[in-house]
Amino acid sequence: MKMRPSSEAELAEMMAAANAPWHITGGGTRGIGGDGAALETGGLRGIGLYEPGALTLVAQAGTPVAEIEAALAAQNQRLAFEPTDLRDALGTSGVSTIGGVVATGASGPRRIAVGAARDFMLGVRFVDGAGTIVKNGGRVMKNVTGYDLVKLMTGAHGTLGVLTEVSLKVLPDVEMQASLRLSGLAPDQSVAAMSAALGSPFEVTGAGRTAAGDTLLRLEGFEASVRYRAGALSKKLAGFGDVTLDDTAGQDWTDLRDARAFAGGSGDLWRLSVTPSDAPAVIAAVDPETYTLDWGGGLIWAEVPAGTDLRARLSVPGHATLMRASVETYGRLGRFHPELDVLARISRELRARFDPKGILNPGLMEAAP
Amino acid sequence: MDMPAPNPALLARKDDLIARLSDVLPPDAIIHDAEETLAYECDALTAYKCPPMLAVLPRSTQDVADVLKICHAMDVPVVPRGAGTSLAGGALPTADCVILGVARMNEVLEADYDNRVIRVQTGRTNLSVSGAVEDDGFFYAPDPSSQLACAIAGNIAMNSGGAHCLKYGVTTNNLLGVTLVTMQGEIVEIGGAHLDAAGLDLLGVICGSEGQLGIVTEATLRILHKPEGARPVLMGFDSNEVAGACVSDIIKAGVLPVAIEFMDRPCIEACENFAKAGYPMCEALLIVEVEGSDAEIDAQLALIMEIARKHDPVELREAKDGDEAARIWLGRKSAFGAMGQINDYMCLDGTIPVTELPYVLKRIGEMSEDYGLKVANVFHAGDGNMHPLILFDANKPGDLELCEAFGADILKLCVEVGGCLTGEHGVGIEKRDLMHDQYAAQDLEAQMAVKDVFDPKWLLNPAKVFPLDASEARRSMAIAAE
Repeated sequence: MKMRPSSEAELAEMMAAANAPWHITGGGTRGIGGDGAALETGGLRGIGLYEPGALTLVAQAGTPVAEIEAALAAQNQRLAFEPTDLRDALGTSGVSTIGGVVATGASGPRRIAVGAARDFMLGVRFVDGAGTIVKNGGRVMKNVTGYDLVKLMTGAHGTLGVLTEVSLKVLPDVEMQASLRLSGLAPDQSVAAMSAALGSPFEVTGAGRTAAGDTLLRLEGFEASVRYRAGALSKKLAGFGDVTLDDTAGQDWTDLRDARAFAGGSGDLWRLSVTPSDAPAVIAAVDPETYTLDWGGGLIWAEVPAGTDLRARLSVPGHATLMRASVETYGRLGRFHPELDVLARISRELRARFDPKGILNPGLMEAAP
Repeated sequence: MDMPAPNPALLARKDDLIARLSDVLPPDAIIHDAEETLAYECDALTAYKCPPMLAVLPRSTQDVADVLKICHAMDVPVVPRGAGTSLAGGALPTADCVILGVARMNEVLEADYDNRVIRVQTGRTNLSVSGAVEDDGFFYAPDPSSQLACAIAGNIAMNSGGAHCLKYGVTTNNLLGVTLVTMQGEIVEIGGAHLDAAGLDLLGVICGSEGQLGIVTEATLRILHKPEGARPVLMGFDSNEVAGACVSDIIKAGVLPVAIEFMDRPCIEACENFAKAGYPMCEALLIVEVEGSDAEIDAQLALIMEIARKHDPVELREAKDGDEAARIWLGRKSAFGAMGQINDYMCLDGTIPVTELPYVLKRIGEMSEDYGLKVANVFHAGDGNMHPLILFDANKPGDLELCEAFGADILKLCVEVGGCLTGEHGVGIEKRDLMHDQYAAQDLEAQMAVKDVFDPKWLLNPAKVFPLDASEARRSMAIAAE
């Protein structure tokens, strides 16, 4: 069974009447959901407001990301948090929606400099599990009026409500992008180089290590400024080895953002969030078949043999999310990192308040039994 | 602004409460003498005062947990307090509450340059966080005007902003982790030096919850390397509309200034009389600051001035060095002091879509005539965060009430044009009863459901944020259970 409401009101009615679980899906590209009938948001579509001079865009949750990016590009603006497109990595197809991006908090390499999806969210409308329509935030840049449910909804994977409309801060696109490339650095040297770059005044907007072992540092802005900073940063990093300037590393950044190195792999794919300087030790302990580093080392994508409990090898602060695995492994290990007692209780009670019937992607964010 | 009447049953427990607190805190950490509690009777919204039943000044997270356990068991409301600089009454006590002040918890626990984070106790002042890392070239970005005095605890509670948040974001964008003590006395770690906390974004909802979900005793904050340099340009225009259009054009051009500050004629005149910064006498003045190396600054300022020239500025003055930069900022930075010299004032904080600036300024001018109260506008134009300062005379009977009614009308106007009641100060008691204008009943219900989960008895800062009529059933639960 598949439901596809064409308005927020229709969705609210559907939710109020429902008594069985929904598998909530935008374009189905991120492979989340759960047991239950599919509830698609694709019928809620369209950009309701776009004011380039105010850096604000409001769209229905089911609007394809590509449609939003095209509208922004026409005004030389962009979604600065670089939403990920995980279709290749996860082996999914379909059309990524803005609601799916927000629900999963899907943020790319620029997270280290400008923030994640959560940091660009200005407002939401959603339908909770009882069928109540709720709004929070708005469409202005600064807003501390009441609790920030906008952030709570971002990354909640649909477990607290179904997003119907999102309001986003957008940013101007840049004149030029260039990257410094250092080849062959071991993980510890790579992370040290990235830390040195991110701890400089030169406004690095990406710091990652590709699966092939290249350390990349991205600079963006007006051309003269990018050239100047590239020169200054190259000097600062000279002690790490040869530094080359690459004006055409755009594809590397897209590949890193979208975890393309793991496309078609047969192992399980994990996404780890750790303190950047812990990354080399984590790599050594996890011993992945393939891995990439992003966010200066703070984000690790790792492929390990199917069924491996990677969390058992993680002995530093942080967490690991299982992104691609068999149904059996999902069931045994759970997608999300188990939470400590008090946090688990708070999360569970929040879900119970926003989803009293337990019908919104039930079990998705809970620890495995 | 009404506050709930004190509960006599709680006042009767004062001695018992002191006795129990004395088991976990040294005598100098418990303030119960009627004269000494006067020090906690208000925050920076000084029109409202009420001494608390008592105040406690813990020195550790464990102290805070011990105090909260006792208060929870005795159903005593707790009002958290950072440095008491809230402009919204966020730390205003009730007569039957315990003020929990974190001022004695002000240590730097760790500065970690490799990972660009600092871990502090939250009683530490905003500016001294930057102070702890500035010799190594780093800083903490959020910079509220009160940064010399305000505490990180209050910054987190109110999600404070500042002049430079156009580029660097507000507190929530720079907060990576907290140690939170729940009202039940449980100690919880959320997030840390890694960028994303696991699970639901609880950090996001705790930041800006005005001390109603728990007490944050330690925080992991993002620090950044200082830019190589920064310099502003000052521009004057003969109408608010033109200045507003110029702001919009600068933003669209792809330059991202670190700050765009706006002052209108009444504010320019007051600042000029007070600080003699050499401002032009015109209708609207913008200060636009950019960062980078000298050459990068020159290039950005050239682009910004090219845009400004298309709007026929009456003055265009680029700072060539630090002295000239300081002169440009001098007037703006003394704006609040200058207004204080003239009169008592109330500072509002509504945010509007940047495109609505000219209309809103025009309407505020008209309302000013109607109410017979002067208004000066000084604010962060880049993000639409307005700060109308309404002048009134506290000694004149009825003037405060008139000023509050005027302020409420301005905030309703902000909501009407698609904005909000508060951009960086918080709701507190000041805007509490206007929340009905911003949110429908079910929107407030969803927010209160979050408080139900964190603080089921509604003991933490209970009479704030939500209109009293909306929260009454919840607030009276603990009392009714007696």
